[in-house]
Amino acid sequence: MTVSPDHRDPFAKPGALTPGGAQPIVRAVDVQKFYGSNHVLKGVTLEVYPRETICIIGKSGSGKSTLLRCINFLEEPTVGFIEVDGLRVDAAPLKARNRAHQEQIRQIRLQAQMVFQEFNLFPHMKVIDNLIEAPIRVKGVPKGQAITTAEKYLEKVGLSEKRDEYPGRLSGGQKQRVAIARALTMEPKVLLFDEPTSALDPTLVGEVLNVMEDLAHEGSTMIVVTHEMAFAREAADRVYFIEGGQFLEVGEPDDVLGHPKDPRTREFLARTLGEAHVPG
Amino acid sequence: MAMGVGGPGGAGRASAEDAFLLARPEVIVAEVAAARARSRRRFRIIFILTWIVLVGALVIALAQSGKVDPTFIGTWGPFILGGIPVTLFVSVTSIILAVVFALFGALGRLSRNPVIYAIATLYVSMVRGTPLIVQIFFIYLALPQFGIVLDPLPSGILALAFNYGAYLTEIFRAGVEAVPRGQREAAQALGMTEGSIMRRVILPQAIRIVTPAIGNDFISMTKDSALVSYVTIEEVFWRANNAGTQTFRNFEALLIAAVIYWVMTIVLSFGQERLERRMAESDVRI
Repeated sequence: MTVSPDHRDPFAKPGALTPGGAQPIVRAVDVQKFYGSNHVLKGVTLEVYPRETICIIGKSGSGKSTLLRCINFLEEPTVGFIEVDGLRVDAAPLKARNRAHQEQIRQIRLQAQMVFQEFNLFPHMKVIDNLIEAPIRVKGVPKGQAITTAEKYLEKVGLSEKRDEYPGRLSGGQKQRVAIARALTMEPKVLLFDEPTSALDPTLVGEVLNVMEDLAHEGSTMIVVTHEMAFAREAADRVYFIEGGQFLEVGEPDDVLGHPKDPRTREFLARTLGEAHVPG
Repeated sequence: MAMGVGGPGGAGRASAEDAFLLARPEVIVAEVAAARARSRRRFRIIFILTWIVLVGALVIALAQSGKVDPTFIGTWGPFILGGIPVTLFVSVTSIILAVVFALFGALGRLSRNPVIYAIATLYVSMVRGTPLIVQIFFIYLALPQFGIVLDPLPSGILALAFNYGAYLTEIFRAGVEAVPRGQREAAQALGMTEGSIMRRVILPQAIRIVTPAIGNDFISMTKDSALVSYVTIEEVFWRANNAGTQTFRNFEALLIAAVIYWVMTIVLSFGQERLERRMAESDVRI
């Protein structure tokens, strides 16, 4: 199956912070994913302009995390292509072991850093070593410079004093903030967030969302898979509602979250907001 | 106790109960903790006394029997004890070499390359399918037929390492597989190459996971090292065996050897327990 490269995301338009004339920095075009015979993504197309934040919402099992993981090829898409910062990589499930293909994927990953639900910090390394490992080893940054960069981003997430702690001694919220700093030290073109607050104790969600909101307002390009509707409303340029592996409704947060057109979106929001409404 | 019970005894018990009920919770908690500590202490004391009585009884029975020559210890003890450094040297060198074998073995067992996987699997299968003593003799006695002549010490160390390496291979493989999947994904997402993911992220965590198992194997290796006496390495058992057969005092000689191995394993187990506890305390979770 071939995909026309001019296939566009009909809803994408430059965000408020996007410099004039800029082209999309991320394109996921007609992405399909099968697990065996299970058709998880049924052809989704998504474009993100520089300095935009977009949120992908939907039930568990709707394909939202799979889509995000297809963008940095943690899951190899079955059909479609991904383009990040001008580098296009076609889905090639038959070439999964191919070295050239793997190298292209690695180049995509360098520009599209991911923050995981389960943090996935390296438990045997101190916070600072978690942050300088990839810049030194992957990008060849000199150690002194890597440390300076790491300290800068650690300060940004408000955890300078945890520089020499091991991750095991941090709270969930602190771990996730370190994980965000780790992604930032790679200075990627786009940040991918895979339900970054879902594994957190409710009292710790706020500190992580604050960091993410700051990033969004400062013009980081972000794709966020989340259940946090308040965050989507506050920070997103566009919200994509996905169900059954397809986008059902896309638009500005006020429209999708405030005045949903599709009854399935309405039902999802009613349920999610109902659950998320915690007093205090 | 039922309230209806009359007499001074009943009344006394009731007032004790009242005092108990009136006690503040902290006091009760402290008393419970103290009672637990007392019973733990009591258990330990009885445990140690039982050992002393049993071992003491054995020693006295042996001394009373008149069949044991106590002067043997004075004349031959130092000679047999002199084997300890040899035993330890053989064990330490062999376990280090075994870990190296196991590292390559485990990487082979995890390899997607069918040839490498086949070689590693063949190694594990052959070694685990044959007795250690046969392997020791094979290296020392059978290889010379092909012009490969090794001295006793390298033969013994090589055989032990080769053997334990195969068992540790499977332990290492399990250790690598026990590292959570998210660790590999995080490293991949950071753009790390397969080689550095293995070296920098997976193996350091896998080694922590398998350290207690390496400790266990080290302790059992100090005992299995007695087998290298067959290739004339003058370690504890070789010396005990020689001293015993020369003097026809096999009982005394073997008893000394047995006690030496026993004490060594107790000391090593103690060390291992401390190491494990230290690792548990500084346990770093994800």
